[in-house]
Amino acid sequence: MSDTHAQTVAFVRETEIPPAPPPGRETGVYKWMRENLFSSIPNSVLTIVALALIYSLLSGTLPWLLNGVWNTSSLQECREVLDGQVGACFSVLTERWNQLLYGFKYPVEEYWRPNLALLLLLIALAPVLFFDLPRKLLAFTAVYPFIAFWLIWGGSILVPIVALLGFVAAGVVFQKYGKGSFAVGFFGGILAAIVVWNVGGFLIPEGASENAMLAAVPSRDLGGFMLNMMLGVTCVSLSVPLGIALALGRQSSMPLIKWICVVFIEFVRGVPLITLLFVASVMLSYFFPPDATVDLFLRVVIMITLFSSAYIAEVIRGGLAALPKGQYEAADSLGLDYPQAMRLIILPQALKISIPGIVNVAVGLFKDTTLVSVISMFDLLGMIRGPILASTEWNGVYWELLGFAAFLFFVVCYGISQYSQWLERRLATDHR
Amino acid sequence: MSELMSDRAIDRSKMQVSDEVAIEINNMNKWYGSFHVLRDINLTVNRGERIVIAGPSGSGKSTLIRCLNALEEHQQGKIVVDGTELSNDLKNIDKIRSEVGMVFQHFNLFPHLTILENCTLAPIWVRKTPKKEAEERAMHFLEKVKIPDQAHKYPGMLSGGQQQRVAIARSLCMMPRIMLFDEPTSALDPEMIKEVLDTMIELAEEGMTMLCVTHEMGFARQVANRVIFMADGQIVEQNEPEEFFNNPKSERTQQFLSQILGH
Repeated sequence: MSDTHAQTVAFVRETEIPPAPPPGRETGVYKWMRENLFSSIPNSVLTIVALALIYSLLSGTLPWLLNGVWNTSSLQECREVLDGQVGACFSVLTERWNQLLYGFKYPVEEYWRPNLALLLLLIALAPVLFFDLPRKLLAFTAVYPFIAFWLIWGGSILVPIVALLGFVAAGVVFQKYGKGSFAVGFFGGILAAIVVWNVGGFLIPEGASENAMLAAVPSRDLGGFMLNMMLGVTCVSLSVPLGIALALGRQSSMPLIKWICVVFIEFVRGVPLITLLFVASVMLSYFFPPDATVDLFLRVVIMITLFSSAYIAEVIRGGLAALPKGQYEAADSLGLDYPQAMRLIILPQALKISIPGIVNVAVGLFKDTTLVSVISMFDLLGMIRGPILASTEWNGVYWELLGFAAFLFFVVCYGISQYSQWLERRLATDHR
Repeated sequence: MSELMSDRAIDRSKMQVSDEVAIEINNMNKWYGSFHVLRDINLTVNRGERIVIAGPSGSGKSTLIRCLNALEEHQQGKIVVDGTELSNDLKNIDKIRSEVGMVFQHFNLFPHLTILENCTLAPIWVRKTPKKEAEERAMHFLEKVKIPDQAHKYPGMLSGGQQQRVAIARSLCMMPRIMLFDEPTSALDPEMIKEVLDTMIELAEEGMTMLCVTHEMGFARQVANRVIFMADGQIVEQNEPEEFFNNPKSERTQQFLSQILGH
């Protein structure tokens, strides 16, 4: 070939070659299938087996799902409508949706209150989750817990206001004295808050909750998926800061603080959550003054928060350990003090590394809120196992109810996991 | 070695050593556990001096300059930096650290912040400089180290030499009176070493007090007014660069110089 080429080495193209479409087998669906589904004999076999598996799954569930009955008032009636055919009795969901979502004692005419609280929750979370939003929105996030408390529990509006004032007083004292000495500011702030709360407690008139704007709803009337959401949101948002504090405490050079944190973390991690919940429901009242009635909801929140903060602390400790020592040294050498170095340099990087771990704990925690059904709180699972399955109308409707619970939890947990993946991509600045 | 020397004439007009003492170290000792790392160090550095500390690895030269801004603690003796004694008082330590710039072997830029934010962070938070002023100053120093166009990138997008120049600019933004360099070129490719050394030479020309741990003997010859040779945690020899390189007194120094200059 080189011989013939030698004579035609001088070459000038006189006609343009027009672009031609690729051969049929190199485009579209055909190419995709050949490359992805049937690239070799074992892969083709796997593809066929997987298709058979999907077919058997769908052929089993689809008739049941599509043939579902949505508007009967009892299982018996539903079975009559189905008349021996395969089909789901979704009418338990349409008939009992309010119990599943709000528990069976929350007053029906007050459903708008938790609904509004949920809507406001989304607004309050937005600036925390998406930090491109204006920072001023965080002011609403700060007051949101008090609004939500008032909306859900109702009663005198003075209670959340006094609580808020306590935090404001603590913040003011810390701002004023925290610059000189952190300890003075910190303990002064706590003292100020306690003073405000006690004074406020005296000032709120007896029976202020009786004829308040929003009717008071006691904690034992809360239930359903609302209870899971409340526990999940409260505990996650409390246990992340607590976990950060524990992780930093465990790294502290002050032996006393370090050992308190180590003992706490190791103890809490070594105890099953269900044990802590039993402690909350039965034994915790021994630790409070005899006449104090600490709300069961609050006790459960404390226990779940302590439990998950220990796990989050360990996750964050992993993130802290992953940072090169040079980052600490660079921050030190620039003259940043400890709080500045932590807040500006160390934690932003350590938390970024810890995101998958923290999300893992958060998702686990959210699902673990169903354990409160064991201490006779009627959360979503408690409602299903208790009032609904025990009723004469719906005794025996397992798949539909538990499938619904699984669906609700899946939606929330999948949302959390998608958010965390977005966050990781958003924070990827190291380009390594 | 010679190819790393700057090809331009060095302007010595501002490189004057004043009588004012910048750093004073008296009978300083340091141990790691029972290992005696620094033994009876005595050193006085005047303002405007450019000191190169050389020595075999493990001789304690990095530890020595890390003691000067309390990244390492010394157990005995006295260190006075810029008129403030280094003690356990955190206020003194923070004060000294904000007056003393440090450049590390591995740059230690903050990867989650842009170049500009790296440079403005400490002025804003430690010096309480208004943001706009801090940014202007940062751009000034980034221009000086010749990378103003990278200001909005992240450190991970820059080459090693560029990162090290940013690290120098970051230190300069604090307007330090003393600069410490801990093997600033050891982690760099040969062609990047020159750009960093040029930046350091410029800094020396402006009369900055510099303590530099380095193996760049060309830099020492050109810029330093004193070379200190350390071995086994002790200062073995110190002299002006000409004398030090051409006429080393101690046997240990001769051995070291023959090893690094021999090839």
